Amino acid sequence: MLAYYLRLGLRSLRRNPILTTLMVLAIGVGVAASMTTYAVFRAVSANPIPGKSGQLFVPRIDIWGPQARTQGRRVPDMLSYTDAMALMRAHRAVNQAAIYPVGFTVVPQDSSVNPFAVKGDATYAEFFPMFDAPFAYGSGWDASEDEAHAAVVVISSRLNQQLFGGADSVGRTIHLDDHDYRIVGVLANWNPQPRFYDVNVYSRTFSGAPDFFVPFTHAVDLQTDTNGNSSCYGSAGRAPGWQGWLQSDCVWVSLWVQLPDTAAARAYRSFLKGYAAEQKAAGRFDWLPEVQLVGLRQWMDVEEVVPPETRMSLFLSIGFLLVCLINTIGLLLAKFMRRSAEIGVRRALGASRTEIVRQFLAESIMVGLAGGVAGLLFTGIGVLAIGLVFEPDIARLAHMNLSLMLLTILLSLAASMTAAFYPTWRAANVQPAWQLKSN
Amino acid sequence: MQIRPILAALRHHKAGSLLIALQVALTLAIVCNALFIIHGRLTHLSQPSGVDEDRLLVVENQWAGKPDAGHIGSMMSADLNFLRQMPGVSNAYATDAYPLRGGGMSYGIGLVPDKLKYAAESALYFADENGIDTLGLKLVAGRNFRADEIGQIDAHSPIEPAEAIITVDLAKALFHGQAAVGKVIYLSAKPTVIIGVVERMQIPWTYSDMAKWSGNSTLIPLRQLVDTFDYVVRTEPGQVDEIASRVRAALYAQNRMRVIDADGGVLTYAQVRAKAYKNDRGIAILMSAISLVLLAITGAGIVGLTSFWVGQRRKQIGVRRALGATRNDILSYFLTENLLIAVAGVTIGGVLAVALNFWLMKQFEIDRLAPGYVLAGVVALLVLGQAAVLAPALRASHVPPVEATRSV
Repeated sequence: MLAYYLRLGLRSLRRNPILTTLMVLAIGVGVAASMTTYAVFRAVSANPIPGKSGQLFVPRIDIWGPQARTQGRRVPDMLSYTDAMALMRAHRAVNQAAIYPVGFTVVPQDSSVNPFAVKGDATYAEFFPMFDAPFAYGSGWDASEDEAHAAVVVISSRLNQQLFGGADSVGRTIHLDDHDYRIVGVLANWNPQPRFYDVNVYSRTFSGAPDFFVPFTHAVDLQTDTNGNSSCYGSAGRAPGWQGWLQSDCVWVSLWVQLPDTAAARAYRSFLKGYAAEQKAAGRFDWLPEVQLVGLRQWMDVEEVVPPETRMSLFLSIGFLLVCLINTIGLLLAKFMRRSAEIGVRRALGASRTEIVRQFLAESIMVGLAGGVAGLLFTGIGVLAIGLVFEPDIARLAHMNLSLMLLTILLSLAASMTAAFYPTWRAANVQPAWQLKSN
Repeated sequence: MQIRPILAALRHHKAGSLLIALQVALTLAIVCNALFIIHGRLTHLSQPSGVDEDRLLVVENQWAGKPDAGHIGSMMSADLNFLRQMPGVSNAYATDAYPLRGGGMSYGIGLVPDKLKYAAESALYFADENGIDTLGLKLVAGRNFRADEIGQIDAHSPIEPAEAIITVDLAKALFHGQAAVGKVIYLSAKPTVIIGVVERMQIPWTYSDMAKWSGNSTLIPLRQLVDTFDYVVRTEPGQVDEIASRVRAALYAQNRMRVIDADGGVLTYAQVRAKAYKNDRGIAILMSAISLVLLAITGAGIVGLTSFWVGQRRKQIGVRRALGATRNDILSYFLTENLLIAVAGVTIGGVLAVALNFWLMKQFEIDRLAPGYVLAGVVALLVLGQAAVLAPALRASHVPPVEATRSV
């Protein structure tokens, strides 16, 4: 019977092509707008490291004090070198790594090839196990190499491809700026998006994978400047030179700790409180600095990783879909009620209300399916046009895949069924006697 | 035209009327908020940067192999001499940032040495005696830097210039209308004397939370000898694209131990502007597109439902015509009916628009909706409703009186 109703529905839809097109287009456009903006939203709000995000935390210390609050500044989202090093030395977490972005140039031996720039991060050995970074060859360096300030490097698969044609380059040497580094590991394709581990210090949240990682201790020895953000609120009396920079209260270091359970997180929080109190007692601050331990997902909110534009357009599209739905309800109502006479005849001949409901829901399913096809088409166009509206880094992330396609069809069906609910109910309540009388 | 019979008739298709009213209401709420946001974004992106954009291009240069500061200084001077002698180039200077660049330095500027008591925030731009001329800034008081005032610092030297040139906006924020030239300000613990004031120079960032001080800029006579910096190049009129297409190769020919990104290392100012306002432009496009489609769908929905009603009431229309109603009576009946529904819709819509705006204000820190936008939206939707109903209403007015006598 359902197949018959579906055929009947199709026939009925063909009878008013304009009305049908209008309904299908309304559902298609509404669904496509929602799905396109959802594709962007899904891409930028994705969990960059599922399965581990609950264990990763960022410590925050308010070294700027209450004065900064009155001037509208938040607690700094980066650490000063002094504090980052103190937390690294204390080693109170399972894994911990201070991070800052650095940039180097590579001068190829072959003088016909121009020098090129590479971007990466200076960090600690525990970075790799903490973030589950996968290696194609070799591994990360170990803690003793951090302590030895060793000139070692982990390179990305892309850089390995460019320099060594993708071969196992572990043990070979590369020349970055004016120093040699021994390659200890080549990462497999690894680029969590958003690049959560340095969103605070590196402005390009959604970007290509870093080309390399070098030991933090070595980068500092070479006086390698940060390639990212720094903030020096209130530090007027900074001593000149690199030592002055390191000793200042300028913040420019990102620090992550891995704490496996809530007990560990609680312990770390109280350690941070103790550290802040110690610093005050030592006379570094007039105030007791507030400390925070922020989990990864919350950190993404603090750093506003999801651009407000993305959320705004998602909400706007949902509002748009709502109007399209109301539009479809009106049109379906008109369409169904126009056939009151037909319904009356069917009822009079013995069809139950349930049968009428089935017949009209089947017709709505046809509208939903057609709307889904239109929606898929428009979503495809929408996804291609994302670059017109959003930044290239973000547009690159949003794409059409199977789950998005399924969701589009499902949303169209759900939308058409929702829209059909009231008109179908009205159709089922048509009084057969009235319809037969008027004729 | 009598309203009462129309109201009576409306009672017979409550659901349809309610749906149209609701659709009009939601459309109004969304469209006038969208218009408001579009206007805000367009205002934001059409702010003047203060520089002579049509004639400027920028080159981001990175020296390869980590040369020392002395070496960087001489290579930079050689580059600048070379650039200034390039045919089609009228001037050039080296800096860390320029308006709309999206990255740079900001400092709290104080009237006393205590850094924590700064009076205004300002962007800080490294410049030399060619900076003002290259950018095409308009000096409204005082003088430009002299060549002998340009100092050199390395990456971690404190920034303590003896002189500075500030913008009118910053002067206002610091001195509230008093002459700024000759006054002392503090970037660091050491005093800096203001020697000139330029009309306008925007900060490098376009974030909305910096909008309050987007005109506060300070030029300082320093050259920072670090390996990555920008050249700002002023071309002869109309030659900016031509120079932009060959400046990279020309600089490499001069000295190949450098990196200028093939993709984005050289940007005309038009490209800088497009990049800086990409988000604003994108949101404006998206909101416009959605508003237009929304209005189209609402219009089409009204056409669809009214056509249905006309079809349903052919017999009644025939009876009315037979009883002496003119075509105009029938036409104005449907127009008035739609007007009544639309007025109900825009009334609810106005309230919804304000409510939506309150919610958006909380979520996205946008401003309060100006009443003009609601008014414009109301007029637009009423006109749209009347236009949409016109075709079916005209068809209704052509129903012949003889229709009254036909059954089925």
